[in-house]
Amino acid sequence: MNLVVTDLVQRFPAPAGGGRTAGSVTVLDRLSLATGEIGTLVLVGPSGGGKSTLLRILAGLDMPAAGDVAFDGEPLPRDEEGLRCYRRTVGTVFQAYNLFPHLTAMENLLLPLVHVHGLTEAGARARVQAPLERFRLAEHAHKRPAELSGGQKQRIAILRALVVQPRRLFLDEPTSALDPEMRAEVLEMIAELRAEGRQFVLVTHEMAFARRVADEIAFVADGRVTCGGSTEAFFGRPADPRVRAFLATTLVP
Amino acid sequence: MPRWIAHLLVAMVFAAAVAVAFSRVDYDWNWPAVWGYRRKFLQGWLVTVAVSLSALVVSGLVGSVAALMLRSGNSLVEAAARVYVELIRGTPLLVQLLIGFYVVATAVGLENRYVAGVLLLSLFSGAYMAEIFRGGLDAIPRAQIDSGRAIGLTPWQSLRLVVLPQAVRLVLPAVAGQLVSLVKDSSLLSVIAISELTLNAQEVNAFTYSTLESYLPLAAGYLMLTLPLSALARWLEHRFRYEIA
Ligand SMILES: Nc1ncnc2c1ncn2[C@@H]1O[C@H](COP(=O)(O)OP(=O)(O)OP(=O)(O)O)[C@@H](O)[C@H]1O
Ligand SMILES: [Mg+2]
Repeated sequence: MNLVVTDLVQRFPAPAGGGRTAGSVTVLDRLSLATGEIGTLVLVGPSGGGKSTLLRILAGLDMPAAGDVAFDGEPLPRDEEGLRCYRRTVGTVFQAYNLFPHLTAMENLLLPLVHVHGLTEAGARARVQAPLERFRLAEHAHKRPAELSGGQKQRIAILRALVVQPRRLFLDEPTSALDPEMRAEVLEMIAELRAEGRQFVLVTHEMAFARRVADEIAFVADGRVTCGGSTEAFFGRPADPRVRAFLATTLVP
Repeated sequence: MPRWIAHLLVAMVFAAAVAVAFSRVDYDWNWPAVWGYRRKFLQGWLVTVAVSLSALVVSGLVGSVAALMLRSGNSLVEAAARVYVELIRGTPLLVQLLIGFYVVATAVGLENRYVAGVLLLSLFSGAYMAEIFRGGLDAIPRAQIDSGRAIGLTPWQSLRLVVLPQAVRLVLPAVAGQLVSLVKDSSLLSVIAISELTLNAQEVNAFTYSTLESYLPLAAGYLMLTLPLSALARWLEHRFRYEIA
């Protein structure tokens, strides 16, 4: 994929006392970014820098206040109807609470296939069977989210995004709500999918993992991409002193 | 100890206490006089059942519409729903029935007191239902709505497939409580001369001067409706229990 973001602005109402709002805060401040032809883009940066805000716009969940986004030269739609169609062609997984708690893992997987993509129930079941087995989740398919481990929940969520055959996946800190033992199984799944050519845009605080899977890295701070480019350059000799400071605090030596 | 035995035991102790209380009052029981009016009780009870069931359905509809209005995002629509809810909840049902029937229903030419009664009772109960439903809808985490949007659901699909199934489970106990109240509140319809159970019990009392013998069956008549309703609610709650399972 090739992603070009130009002068992206996003604002949120600023909370004032008594539940009223006082003006707005600018969270993305003319953010620009251009990647080469890559498979995986990883967004990193300090907390509150605007990574999630950017990812939500890229995933078609929020509309920016201003600016342009284009994947492979195709600009994102600017109306909710168009964005919904766009969302059907991509997949998004959040930090937690992706699955619907009143449905079993299997029903969670079937729901978008049947209700959004028009498959029959039988067709949808056939579609999800192989991926479930491949990621050793078939034996858990009948369980409700409350009966699954955190890692299993996230892997089912990734599968649910995957089985609709999306053009790319957007992941926002998919492992940060997990215990360390479960992180590995989710990260492993992502690495495996990336190795077979799946495209990802992902936010993570796992620097070792970012280094392993990223083709390019964008450092998002204060609502801008202050440093971006190839993974080797980013980790090797970052020009930006903020990036050096950031890496010093997060990178395991 | 099985639950039903516990219930039975408590009921028996309670009945014994009530029996002692009654035995201390100097009261001439005259059951035969009231027994003569058993058909009247039955007719009144059937009217109460019919009125309650109708109001139950209509108030569910009214409550749903008002709840959706309360969180529509349009400030005018929200204000209208808010005024409705607060007016209804802030005034006695008695006043609503009297004004609603003798003033409003008359003004709009609605003469059938049974239809008017059901509508007024539904408007009353619907205001409480609206707040219960709104609370249930608001309790669904934002992440669930986001997940629904992320997989490409339309707002209507999201409501039907994601929000409502979870909200129903959340509001079930409160709705059951409200329905029990609704059944009992239907007794006030006697003030607009709807011939339901309470009005008939009052008439029997007037004919026979046997107050307790008229009103004890009245209480029993309501319990026969409210107890199964509570039991049904508990059963449904159990069926929809998925988080703890
Ligand atoms: N819906 C919103 N309303 C108001 N402010 C918001 C909203 N969403 C995000 N913000 C603010 O925007 C800023 C950027 O938030 P964002 O979630 O994009 O940061 P982030 O880089 O993802 O941080 P983290 O690493 O902690 O997830 C924060 O200051 C946050 O408080
Ligand atoms: Mg974030």
